[in-house]
Amino acid sequence: MSRLAVPKTYKLYIGGAFPRSESGRTYEVLRADGGFLANVAKASRKDARDAVVAARGAVSGWSGATSYNRGQVLYRIAELLEGRRAQFVAEIEEAEGASRAVASAQVDEAIDRWVWYAGWADKFAQVAGNANPVAGPYFNISVPEPTGVVAIIAPQDSSLVGFVSALAPALVAGNSVVIVASERFPLSAISLAEVLATSDVPGGVVNVLTGSPAEIAPWLASHSDVNALDLVGAGDLDWVSLEIEAADTLKRVLRPEGGADAAAPALGRITAFTETKTVWHTKSLK
Amino acid sequence: MSGTSLVTARERALAVLGGEPDDQTLGRYLHGIPGVDAVGLEQRAAGLGTRSIKTSSKKWALDKIISLVDLTTLEGADTPGKVRSLVAKAVNPDPADPSTPRVAAVCVYGDMVPYAVDALGGAHGDPDDGLISVAAVATAFPSGRSSLEIKLADTAEAVAAGADEIDMVIDRGAFLAGRYGQVFDQISAVKDACRRADGTSASLKVILETGELVTYDNVRRASWLSILAGGDFIKTSTGKVSPAATLPVTLLMLEVVRDWHLATGHRVGVKPAGGIRASKDAIKYLVTVAETVGEDWLVPHLFRFGASSLLNDVLLQRQKMTTGHYSGPDYVTID
Repeated sequence: MSRLAVPKTYKLYIGGAFPRSESGRTYEVLRADGGFLANVAKASRKDARDAVVAARGAVSGWSGATSYNRGQVLYRIAELLEGRRAQFVAEIEEAEGASRAVASAQVDEAIDRWVWYAGWADKFAQVAGNANPVAGPYFNISVPEPTGVVAIIAPQDSSLVGFVSALAPALVAGNSVVIVASERFPLSAISLAEVLATSDVPGGVVNVLTGSPAEIAPWLASHSDVNALDLVGAGDLDWVSLEIEAADTLKRVLRPEGGADAAAPALGRITAFTETKTVWHTKSLK
Repeated sequence: MSGTSLVTARERALAVLGGEPDDQTLGRYLHGIPGVDAVGLEQRAAGLGTRSIKTSSKKWALDKIISLVDLTTLEGADTPGKVRSLVAKAVNPDPADPSTPRVAAVCVYGDMVPYAVDALGGAHGDPDDGLISVAAVATAFPSGRSSLEIKLADTAEAVAAGADEIDMVIDRGAFLAGRYGQVFDQISAVKDACRRADGTSASLKVILETGELVTYDNVRRASWLSILAGGDFIKTSTGKVSPAATLPVTLLMLEVVRDWHLATGHRVGVKPAGGIRASKDAIKYLVTVAETVGEDWLVPHLFRFGASSLLNDVLLQRQKMTTGHYSGPDYVTID
């Protein structure tokens, strides 16, 4: 007797759990050749709202961890990704219609970028911060602090490497993230969420929504409790309107990027989601 | 809002009981009340919780919830300053939107009543007139474990300080031991202590602490007992015991209030308190009230929410409806 196929249900990742969309909606994700690949949850504005609440709740714990600890936790994810390499390669092959070599190269690149960003966790403050010379018996120190909740529209034309390139830098400084995955290639994002759920990243630090970025993005852009907006994958949306809405609550905004080196690894992607805190401290009187 | 006069309350109880309110008569009466169908009750409550309330109805419900809130602070760490900031919030819940209604009352410990009265100033008065009452917990809140003299002194002091409403706790130990007469007498005595020199009386809310009564049957009996003894309100919980207010328990108490009204024509209020933190949950309570005793029960002298964090969530929802985008905790006060 032949076995029944057991297809996987791809759900959202909110607050450390994998709920279906509160709207009950799903949409079909197709293979590169047009065949059926999977049913994926289609997030609604209320899922986005719940994700922001979960992210806000996780800010104090994640940003309060030492940068060394955050680096360790992030590096551990790279280790776990390595262990699931075969799954990610197979998903990319199916979804993007890529050859095994190309898919494998994408997974390599994603893991390498993750490690690169993990390494910055306890180093970027040395580069972005400063001990400022002042005319008085004081130390004057500027340090980068996480900005809070970052909403990200992930690159739409890539399964894994685009998602990782947008997600990792926002986490490094201690922000919590609500990220809308690629509408066409969401499977790798949810599989990565499964990695995060079994790693040491606290629930709520990363929240992954799948569905229509055009539908969800305006709610995130106008949400008063979102502190920054990364529109890296929003090039096909009306991103100018999103930027205007974000300005109403003074969000930091990164504009869309396209082409082969979209969201390329850069220290600037980390510091974009930090705020500089400057403190004065008296020098010792001896 | 002056409570019913004592004499009529006692006469009414005697007429219903058919005898003096001692342990035997009360025991016979309370144990003669049919038992609660727990599964049916929970199912009915769950059913009432599934209503979808949208747009204009939701807007109405949110404003209604605010106008029914007893904004509460009952911490050992309460200070006059904290009570003043609570009052400021009660008077003007959302400074960014002056159309926001005021809450019904502020609820504080007895020794904080003078600060609350002072801070309210001209806004102090009957919530039915758009003003704000001062409610005080009394009678050795939250445990109720002290002598009757102390409980009465506690009550009289709060009333003398200007409290309009007294939230008393019943002696759960006596109730569970079957000493119903003692519980009845204590409620009557506290009700008596609510009287002011000018002959008016503070309204009396009787806290059953349903989380300690164990069974729905006990909740039903305690509700009847409290109403018979002259309570103007029956309240679920102190908020210090888990579980606090739940929808089935509140539904059950509303059914008692409805049956009492049908039997005597006298209206008693209900106050769920503790554990109601989300607007969505509070709306379920409104639905339950409207479906059980009718929409005309949704007024401050017949229904209240005992809550502290609920108000912030309602304000966030309200801001969402006004501005069209989601608001966040940065836009309400930290309590």
